[in-house]
Amino acid sequence: MYRIAVIGGADSVIGFKALGLDCFAVSDAQSARRKLHELARIEEDPYVIIYLEENLAEPIMDEVRKYSAQPSPAIILIPGRDGPIGLGQSALVSAVEKAVGSNIL
Amino acid sequence: MPKNAVTPTRMVLNQLKGRLKTATRGHKLLKDKRDELMRQFMDVVRRNKELRQRVEDGLTEAFGALTVASAVMSPEMLNQALMYPRQSVELNMAFKSVMSVSVPHYDFTTKNADPGEIYPYGFTQTSGELDLAMQSLSRVFGDMLELAQVEKTMQLLAEEIEKTRRRVNALEYVMIPEMEENIKYISMKLSENENATKVRLMKVKDMVLKQAIEQRRADSGRTTEALG
Repeated sequence: MYRIAVIGGADSVIGFKALGLDCFAVSDAQSARRKLHELARIEEDPYVIIYLEENLAEPIMDEVRKYSAQPSPAIILIPGRDGPIGLGQSALVSAVEKAVGSNIL
Repeated sequence: MPKNAVTPTRMVLNQLKGRLKTATRGHKLLKDKRDELMRQFMDVVRRNKELRQRVEDGLTEAFGALTVASAVMSPEMLNQALMYPRQSVELNMAFKSVMSVSVPHYDFTTKNADPGEIYPYGFTQTSGELDLAMQSLSRVFGDMLELAQVEKTMQLLAEEIEKTRRRVNALEYVMIPEMEENIKYISMKLSENENATKVRLMKVKDMVLKQAIEQRRADSGRTTEALG
């Protein structure tokens, strides 16, 4: 069985809980980093998709990028309660830049 | 001059010619691979952009409704209402291969197919805003899953394109010119050797001929002397 995790602030993740996803409320970026690391390492019933709140992801982008070359898990940034801050778009832009060599969007 | 010294022999020349052939074919194949990957990548990027927009809009809407709900309801009530989900998601993952890059393909089924089951609470003590929030969250969830798939595919493809492009460039600008240069060097060296041998042989022949003529001249001189 594969699982989906959501890491975010306590008031953001609560909604996802009702959808049946595994939610982990964290208060700051460092605990988000630890949680991410911990979740990505689980081998039994692994988390293949981890949704991470953008504002928590910002200081730990190095950790997030580590997983981008691996087929699993997929770390997907989602906007937090304050709305999108454009970090999710940056994943798109950086992938395009990597592949094409310049931003053509 | 070739950068690294190659021994100018016929065997090395043949080896190099074989390698050049392989490299040229590899270059062509890799170039085709890169082009096809790029085409697929652009499709994925377009899809990703669209989904990203939809997910961000959907989540903003859902969070907005949730904020209103938490303003109307007490935090304890809200927590209590959402504490025990009735819905659960079963996720299946398979890998499919896009130009030999294995990308994940997610497939999910919700445990309760009934769309009314997204509300894990009774309606008596909760506000209507919470229902709205849950509704828009569950609506955006399908897109979120697809976004995960598309975004991962995009990242993996980008990685592979970068790798392939490097290989293509290394072959095109380093390996193949180097081999061509080495082949040229060896064939020039070989024909030079051949010329040298030919010249040497001609020289030897000249010398032998000269000796023979002198010998004959001396012989005929001696005969005339004897006769005279």
